[in-house]
Amino acid sequence: MDNYAIYDGLYAILGIPRDCSLLLQFIAIMINIVLVIAVVMLHVAYATYFERKVIGHMQVRLGPMRVGWHGLLQPIADGLKLFFKEDIVPATDFKAVFKLAPIFVVFAALSSLAVIPFFSTFYIANINIGILYILAISAVSTYGIIMAGWASNSKYAFLGSLRSAAQLISYEVAMGLSLVGIMIMAGSLNLKEIVSAQQQQWYGMYLFPQFLGFFVFTVAAFAETNRVPFDLPEAETELVAGYFAEYSGMRFSLFFLGEYIAMIVMSSMSVLCFWGGWTLPPVITNAIPQLNMVPGIVWFVLKVYGHIFVFYWVRATLPRYRYDYLMRLGWKVLIPLALANIVITSIVKYLA
Amino acid sequence: MQSEKEITTKYLTLNMGPQHPATHGVLRLVLDLDGETVVKCTPHIGYLHRGMEKWSESRTYPTAMPLMNRLDYVAAVANEIGYCVAVERLLGVEVPERAKYIRTMTAEMVRICSHIIWLAAHAIDIGAMTVFLYSMRDRETLLDLFEMLCGARLLHIYPRIGGVRCDVSQEFLDGVYKFTDKFPKLIEEYETLIDQNRIWFQRTKGIGVIGAEEAINLGLTGPTLRGSGVAYDIRKVSPYDAYDKVEFDVPVGKNCDVYDRYRCRMDEFRQSNRIIRQCVEKLPDGLVLNPDAPGLDMLPGPIKKAAPVPAPEADAVPVMSPAGPAFTEIYSATEVPKGELGYYIVSDGTGKPYRMRIRTPSFMHISALPRFCEGNLVADVIALIGTIDIVLGECDR
Repeated sequence: MDNYAIYDGLYAILGIPRDCSLLLQFIAIMINIVLVIAVVMLHVAYATYFERKVIGHMQVRLGPMRVGWHGLLQPIADGLKLFFKEDIVPATDFKAVFKLAPIFVVFAALSSLAVIPFFSTFYIANINIGILYILAISAVSTYGIIMAGWASNSKYAFLGSLRSAAQLISYEVAMGLSLVGIMIMAGSLNLKEIVSAQQQQWYGMYLFPQFLGFFVFTVAAFAETNRVPFDLPEAETELVAGYFAEYSGMRFSLFFLGEYIAMIVMSSMSVLCFWGGWTLPPVITNAIPQLNMVPGIVWFVLKVYGHIFVFYWVRATLPRYRYDYLMRLGWKVLIPLALANIVITSIVKYLA
Repeated sequence: MQSEKEITTKYLTLNMGPQHPATHGVLRLVLDLDGETVVKCTPHIGYLHRGMEKWSESRTYPTAMPLMNRLDYVAAVANEIGYCVAVERLLGVEVPERAKYIRTMTAEMVRICSHIIWLAAHAIDIGAMTVFLYSMRDRETLLDLFEMLCGARLLHIYPRIGGVRCDVSQEFLDGVYKFTDKFPKLIEEYETLIDQNRIWFQRTKGIGVIGAEEAINLGLTGPTLRGSGVAYDIRKVSPYDAYDKVEFDVPVGKNCDVYDRYRCRMDEFRQSNRIIRQCVEKLPDGLVLNPDAPGLDMLPGPIKKAAPVPAPEADAVPVMSPAGPAFTEIYSATEVPKGELGYYIVSDGTGKPYRMRIRTPSFMHISALPRFCEGNLVADVIALIGTIDIVLGECDR
C-alpha cells in the first residue's frame, strides 16, 4: 500500500491528478474532511430524531410532532436551544479541565471517522492499521469522561466517571479481541481490505463464520457507547446524569454529540467488519445482477441505520445492568468467548 | 514510598435527594458509600410536611376530607375511604349497601392506579423505560372513569361520611366493566416486557431479602409485607365496606425479595380487577348517602349523636376514656395500596377531633429503608426504594 497516496479516493472524485501541487492536495484534504464532518453531523442530528421517533412508536406514543412536518425540524430546534443556553461552569479549581473534557470526547469520536471508508472510493485516510486506530482513538474518549467527572466537583459525576472508566477499559479488551478473528480471516487491519476480503467469499459477510466475534463485538459496542443496557455511567435514576451532570448548554451537547458519533462509528465498524461494508454478498448479486447498479453508499447507509436501529430497539426493551453484573459479563463471558473465537478461527485458518 | 498501613480510605458521603429522579418526590437519603456499597443509609423526611394531623383538629369531620386525599395523592379515594370508615365507626353512622359497593369499587380502582404508578416508577428506576408508558396509558382510562364519576381525576373527595357524594351512572358502570374485561390482557402485556428478562431477574431476585418475622417487627404492611410471606391483609382480617361480600385472594410471596414483592403487586392487579368486576355485578339498588350522616353543615360544637359505636369489627373497639364521659378514642385501619392506613382519633364529643394521628404505611416503610439498603449497592437502593412503594406526601403528612 502506497502510504503517500492515501487520498486516492478523493482524487478520483474531484478529478485532480495525483501529482498536483501540495497546496492543491491540502485544499482537497480539507474539503474532504469538512464534507465528512458535515455529513456525519447532519446524520447525528437526525439520528436523535430517528431515535425519538423509533422509541416513541415502540412506546405507544408519537415522538416529536410539533416542529415542522412530523417534527422533522426538531433536531435543529434542539441544537439552537442548546447553543443559546447559558453555559454554567461550577466553581472548581479545574475550570480548564472542565472545559477541555467535552472537547476530548468529541475529538475522539470525530477522529475515528478519519479511517472509515464509506464506500470504495470515499474516505479521508486509507491506513493499514484502520481497526487498531479506531480502537485506540475511541479509548481517548475515556479521558474526556474521567476529566469531566473529576473536574465537575460533584459526587454523582465522580461516581459516573469511575464507572465509565472501569466499563470502557473492560469492554475495550473484549472488543479488541472480538475483532482479532476478522483480522485473521482477512489477513489485514485495513478496513477497505477487510471489505474486499469479504467479497472473496460467496457469502460476502464475515458475520456468518464470525458469529461469536459479532456477538461479542455488538455487546461491547453497546458498552463502549454507554447505551442501554450498559448506560451505568449516566444511569439517570441512580446518578442523575452521571459524568455530565454539571454540564449545560453547548458543552452538554458536545457530550451528546460524542455519544452519537461514537454510535455511528461503532455501527460503521460493525458493518465494515461483519456485514460486508458497502457490498452485497456475491450470492445475491450473482442472482440479481441489477443490484450492482445501486451505488455502494446506499447499502452502507442502510446497514449502518439498521445497526443503529438495534441500538434504539434495545434501549426501548431492556432494563439496566448493575455494576458488578456488568463487570462479570465483560470479564467472565465476553472475553473468554472472544478468546475461544480466536482459537477456533486460527485452527480453521491453519487447516484450510 | 508509603507503607500499606498509612493508606487510609474513607467513606464517600452521597446526598441523594430531596431532588433526585428516583426518590419519588422529596425523600432525602444520606448514603455512606464504600466504593459502590452502601455502608450506612440515613433517610431524612419532612420536606412535604403540611401539618395535616394538627390541621384537621381545627376542622369539623366532614370538612377535613380534602386534607386526607393529599396524603397518598396517587390513591386519593383510598385515603378518603379510610378516613370516612374511621369517622363512621366513631360517630356510629350506618353506610347504605350501595355506597359500600361503590366505595369498594373505587378503592380498588385507585389501587390499580397506585400500583400502575408503582410499576411504572419501579421499572423506569431499574432502567426499563417502556413499561412506564404502557402502564401510564392504561391509568389514563381509569382517570377518565373517575372524571366521569365525580369530575375530579386525581383528588376526588368522592366519599362522604355515611356514603358517597353522588350515585354512579350507567355509563360509568359500563366503562368500568369494559375496563375489567381488557385489563388482564394489559397486565400480561406489562409482564411480557419485563418478566422474562434476565436483567430484570438479576436486578430483583435475591435483593432486599427480609424474612417474615423481621418484616413484621419493622412494621411493614401491605404488599411489602405480603411479599415477605405474611398473608396479612386488612381487607380480609377485619373487612370494611363490601370486602366481606366479594371474593378475592391475597397473593403472598415466598422468597421475600424485590422480585416477590413485584409478583405480589402484579397479582394484586388481577385481584383488584376481580373485586371491581364483582362490585359492578353485585351492585345493589338504594341510597348512596345516609341522610342522617353529618354533612358539610356539621357544627364544631358538641354533637348529640356522638355516642360510642357498637363495634362491628374486631380491631375497632371504641374505648371509653376516663378523662370524661364524652371522650372516645378509636383506631381504625384500612388497606390502602401501600399498606395499612390507620386513623387514631380522640373525640371530645364535639364536631372536631380532639386529637388525630395518622399511621401511614410510607412512614413505616421509609423507617425500614436503612435495613433494606445497608450492604447493598447504590444501584440496588433505587430498586429498594421502588419495592417499598412510598409516597412522600403520605409519609410527611
